[in-house]
Amino acid sequence: MDFFFQLPLWIQGAVKGLAVIAVLFPLAAACSMAERKISAWIQGRPGPNRTVVPWLAGIPIIIPFLQRLGVFQLAADGGKFVFKEDVVPGHVNKLYFIAAPILAMIPALSTITIVPFGAYFDSAGQLVPLVLANVDIGLLAVLAISSLGVYSVILAGWASNSKYPFLGSIRASAQLISYELSMTLSVLPVFLWVNAPGGQGTLSLFAVVQAQSGTGFFNGLWLGIWMPVSAFIFLVALFAETNRQPFDMAESEADLVGGFHTEYGAFKWSLFFVAEYAHMIVGSGVFTLLFLGGWNPLPWIPLTRVVHGLSHWISFAGHPLFMGVLGVLIFLGKVGFFIFFFMWIRWTLPRFRYDQIMKLGWQKLLPLAIGNLVFYALLIALIQK
Amino acid sequence: MAVIPVSRKPLTFAERTYIPQILGGLRITFARMIKPAETMEYPEQRPEIPKNYRGVPTLVKDPNGREKCVSCQLCEFVCPPKAIRITPGEIAPDSPTAHVEKAPQAFDIDMLRCIYCGLCQEVCPEEAIFLQNQYSMTGLTRAEMVNHKDRLYELGGTLPDQHHKWDKKKAAEEHGSAAH
Repeated sequence: MDFFFQLPLWIQGAVKGLAVIAVLFPLAAACSMAERKISAWIQGRPGPNRTVVPWLAGIPIIIPFLQRLGVFQLAADGGKFVFKEDVVPGHVNKLYFIAAPILAMIPALSTITIVPFGAYFDSAGQLVPLVLANVDIGLLAVLAISSLGVYSVILAGWASNSKYPFLGSIRASAQLISYELSMTLSVLPVFLWVNAPGGQGTLSLFAVVQAQSGTGFFNGLWLGIWMPVSAFIFLVALFAETNRQPFDMAESEADLVGGFHTEYGAFKWSLFFVAEYAHMIVGSGVFTLLFLGGWNPLPWIPLTRVVHGLSHWISFAGHPLFMGVLGVLIFLGKVGFFIFFFMWIRWTLPRFRYDQIMKLGWQKLLPLAIGNLVFYALLIALIQK
Repeated sequence: MAVIPVSRKPLTFAERTYIPQILGGLRITFARMIKPAETMEYPEQRPEIPKNYRGVPTLVKDPNGREKCVSCQLCEFVCPPKAIRITPGEIAPDSPTAHVEKAPQAFDIDMLRCIYCGLCQEVCPEEAIFLQNQYSMTGLTRAEMVNHKDRLYELGGTLPDQHHKWDKKKAAEEHGSAAH
């Protein structure tokens, strides 16, 4: 541990960054298998359950269980995407065609740096967040970077030089821009509430979680309960921003073949795929932090109190590592539920029509978000007077 | 035709928000998810084949083990895709069924041509060819997909015989019409 902290700062940063990417990338890939299994269960099928590594096939119980879960199928698919012939069609603009999937990955993997996923007490008794960059700009950076993802969609659709990808990218980019407004407006009440008047203002996500991890009535209340309309608007906009059903305009395979990635195949296509799931994971994480109390197990029962209580019973519970791991596990559990919720919605609802999406975004969600902002601004002014 | 005017109720506020319907849908899909899958996992689990299923055509023997085909070639003649090829042969004179006189020397059914119409079964005067419940025919070469006589008997096996036509015929020859 000491050895690590003696390394130069940039090496520490690089190691932490690579560690988070090494978790996020396979997690995003695993989501694709989860998607296939959940869709199968919802449709009364077993889903992928045959693939197995031949020299592991003899091991009883555990290997058949993993085989039924399709874990090896995931590895086989990943390998296939890497070794498959990577076709670049003759009619595309090669530079932008190749740049688009790379541009899709950059914001998807960058936003994770701002998202805290746990906290521990350091030796000085100070609560330290587990995050790559605990910056005050926080949520603003997440929103700003993740909205860069729209460039990859536009670029992919345009560089493909083909009508369906073009239509798909136009639709998707219009949708992404429309729902960003409601999304931003829906989180403003949260920060009005977190930043007490007179104090130092912050947009940090860690500060939001801190505001939800007290034990008093308002202090320990999760913001999802305190501001349900905000949470609802944020969730709907999140579905739209990650291009998930029922806001699946980017893909619309029924009317647009495959949307903006129609002309893509092999590894480049899989990059788009992983980027979509990485967006989902980060989006679920941000939702959890803003509205579901981050790494706190229950409303009014913060993680610090649980660890404090446990340390009377178990000797190692006071160790910072225990608190960090417990916090990360609780956080990942909530994120996992939201990823399941994304998939659950996908296999339940049909896709909206394009005009319905625009109508919902501009005529319903946006006025609702503005009304919600005004309501909470007045209410918070009354409470914090 | 009478025109029935149907009054359409205006949607309530809750319905216009979509939310109750979405929650109802989520409930249905979740209930479906925790039920066991409907799928039959084919090679391990096989469907129950209904009676009178028209599968691969096979040759059968009677309960005494006599091959029933007398190589009359009616099936070869009737077969619409010309999948059947029969080479007629004699039965050895010292055989207990020598009075049947003929049996196929070779009997080939090309399963790449067969259309499973069942006309061969219908036309057979000896009830010797049946389309049974074998439904999966695979092979790596064209030659593998031709069922020869021994394979046809192996697939067909023995089926019960209600008539024992040739035994009765032999008995009638030996004992006169009293045997009937």
